[in-house]
Amino acid sequence: MATNALFQNGAPQSQPNWREALPTLFALGYVAIVYFLLHSIDRSMLLFPLWSSILFPMFVISPFIILGLKIDGRLKVLLIAIIGLVLMPILGLEDTFYLELITQIAIFAAMAIGLNVVVGFAGLLDLGYVAFFAVGAYLWGVFTSNANTIVQISGAQAAPELFWLFLFLGVIAAAITGILLGLPVLRLRGDYLAIVTLGFGEIIRILVSNLSNISSNRRTPINITNGAQGLPGIVGPPLPDFLVEGVANLTAALGIPATNVRALTYQLFYYVLVLGVCAIAALVAARLDNSPIGRAWTAIREDEVAAQAMGIPKVRMKLLAFAMGASFAGAMGVIFAAKNTFVSPESFSFIQSIFILAIVIVGGMGSIRGVILGAVIVTLLNLQVLKNFSLLINSLKNIDWVIPIINFPIRDWPQQLEPARYERFVFGLLLIIMMIFRPSGVLPAKRRQLELQAAMGKEEIPEAEIIADVETIKPEDLLGNQPKEQS
Amino acid sequence: MALLEAKGVLKRFGGLTAVQKVDYLIEPRTINAIIGPNGAGKTTFFNLMTGIYVPDEGTITFDGKNITGLKPNKINNAGIARTFQNIRLFGAMTVIENCLVGMHRRLHISLPQTILRLPSFAVQERTAQQRVEALLDFVGLRDKANEVAKNLPYGDQRRLEIARALASEPKLLLLDEPTAGMNPQESVAAMQLFRAVRDEFGITVLLIEHDMRVVMGISEYITVLDYGQKIAEGSPEEVRRNPRVIEAYLGRGSAASHV
Repeated sequence: MATNALFQNGAPQSQPNWREALPTLFALGYVAIVYFLLHSIDRSMLLFPLWSSILFPMFVISPFIILGLKIDGRLKVLLIAIIGLVLMPILGLEDTFYLELITQIAIFAAMAIGLNVVVGFAGLLDLGYVAFFAVGAYLWGVFTSNANTIVQISGAQAAPELFWLFLFLGVIAAAITGILLGLPVLRLRGDYLAIVTLGFGEIIRILVSNLSNISSNRRTPINITNGAQGLPGIVGPPLPDFLVEGVANLTAALGIPATNVRALTYQLFYYVLVLGVCAIAALVAARLDNSPIGRAWTAIREDEVAAQAMGIPKVRMKLLAFAMGASFAGAMGVIFAAKNTFVSPESFSFIQSIFILAIVIVGGMGSIRGVILGAVIVTLLNLQVLKNFSLLINSLKNIDWVIPIINFPIRDWPQQLEPARYERFVFGLLLIIMMIFRPSGVLPAKRRQLELQAAMGKEEIPEAEIIADVETIKPEDLLGNQPKEQS
Repeated sequence: MALLEAKGVLKRFGGLTAVQKVDYLIEPRTINAIIGPNGAGKTTFFNLMTGIYVPDEGTITFDGKNITGLKPNKINNAGIARTFQNIRLFGAMTVIENCLVGMHRRLHISLPQTILRLPSFAVQERTAQQRVEALLDFVGLRDKANEVAKNLPYGDQRRLEIARALASEPKLLLLDEPTAGMNPQESVAAMQLFRAVRDEFGITVLLIEHDMRVVMGISEYITVLDYGQKIAEGSPEEVRRNPRVIEAYLGRGSAASHV
């Protein structure tokens, strides 16, 4: 258990407690300095992309530094809440790109937590995970977009207020889809399972690309998903006016010029919502992990035959893993559709499934804080760092900079070598490096240590019950009166 | 009434009949052994009793209930627990967790209980943990409770497998070569453990064993299989004198039965 270094040692002791508080002070200082620098770097600066892509990741990982401190759990939660709900939104209001980035990170983190239940806990390799994300996104899209005929014919357009209901329905629908996928693949393991789930992901994507004209009657086409063009005009939940006013007052108070306060409010709202769902997902996954259900999953992952022989209902547990894992993606799908106001099959391609799986592998299979950190690393690399390096090279080209010593004019840097074009190459490299140096992830999963009821040797154990004491038992004790063995 | 009764149990693998019409009875609170040369069908018979294989013919009744063809977890729920010839622990899990998995059928948990962490959940987890600790005391693994199973030395792994099987509070414990690879002293300790399982928990024990010292030392009733057929049964004395047994072990049978 974490002991509270700041307060517990307040008792009169010769030991100075500032020594134990030192790491905490360092961590707080780190957060303050990084945050201050992030604030003060100027957008118009030549090296802004470089600084931004160094400082922002440093800021985003600060909750993990706090998690690693040896301080009271409640204090950790408080500090992380301050970072997530005060510092980050203020930064995001000043520069909405950061808000967008952190929202994307949280979306992928929640999905990675879900996939981690399936792959990390239960050991079922799922290469079509994005299908559940699509189920959630299309569930909300189909009922709110005007582009398909379902709404036009039946007039069953969902009111924006129903967003919260659909968030719940998205969870249910994805869980059911998860069970539907789980049923036929129960007997499969390893590579075979991976291939079938990959196919399943593609089935869902192809299904939504083709559910645009499924009627034989030409005059009344039934268009559910609007095919490859996607569903535009998806709405989000209505926001109460006081929220918008609150954000307007906040930006005024902070001296931030805000042109479209409503849009800004929505961005902030989705950030908080996604962060909340992510926190719930992490909590649910942690509780499942540390329960008979989680232990049953791990047992199935370790040895399916032995697990069954120990009374674990394999079928039920595997289906539960698929359903639980899928449900997080379903919720995120609904939010994703509302936030982007548009869904198309393109968003649910195979590479997305791989992207989420890469997050789980980089972060650490089975480790919840690991996969969240994985989401930070992989998403930032994808959306910020590589793009910023491209930006940096372009701006250096504009000022005709020449790399000193080797005398290389940056103007001659070929277009083909733009870092942003090499994201998959960098991912591949990252995965290879991970497999060589940290195969169990950045933050590997640890088995929970249980505290024993009585300390060793304290409890009175009758002599006769100590069976393990091999040294004191002589073979003659047992075999003395036994007939001689048969050879 | 017999605790377990197998009637005409038969299992084929392609052209090979691994278990041929075996009738088998286990009386409650006894220590039984199945012996036989390699490839005699002993482990196959175990796998038939625990649901890993489904018999092609015959029925198995346990505790008055027909368990033929049930899934392994259902058979465990009915009260048969087992260990494996090649140790099959959950390597990445700790000693305590391995036993808690064994206790699965004793835990009644729903998803909402788990996610909302209702008080009943905490109570149940605590009781389960206490029971596991008592079990670890019994097999002598308490001081290794938080170690990861795959890091345990061999003898401890065997003991943990037994603790894990006992965690489900079975009526019948099947041990597949439990003392394989043990030195004589460890074997003796293991024999004491098996006796204690029967004497203290009232659990019926059935073991497959090659070490005759162990078999003759603790079994009250021995059954001999050869080529999937039951060739002898009875007390250790009777079995030892049985000419068919001697032939199976020393005569023509033993030379041909290498797999």
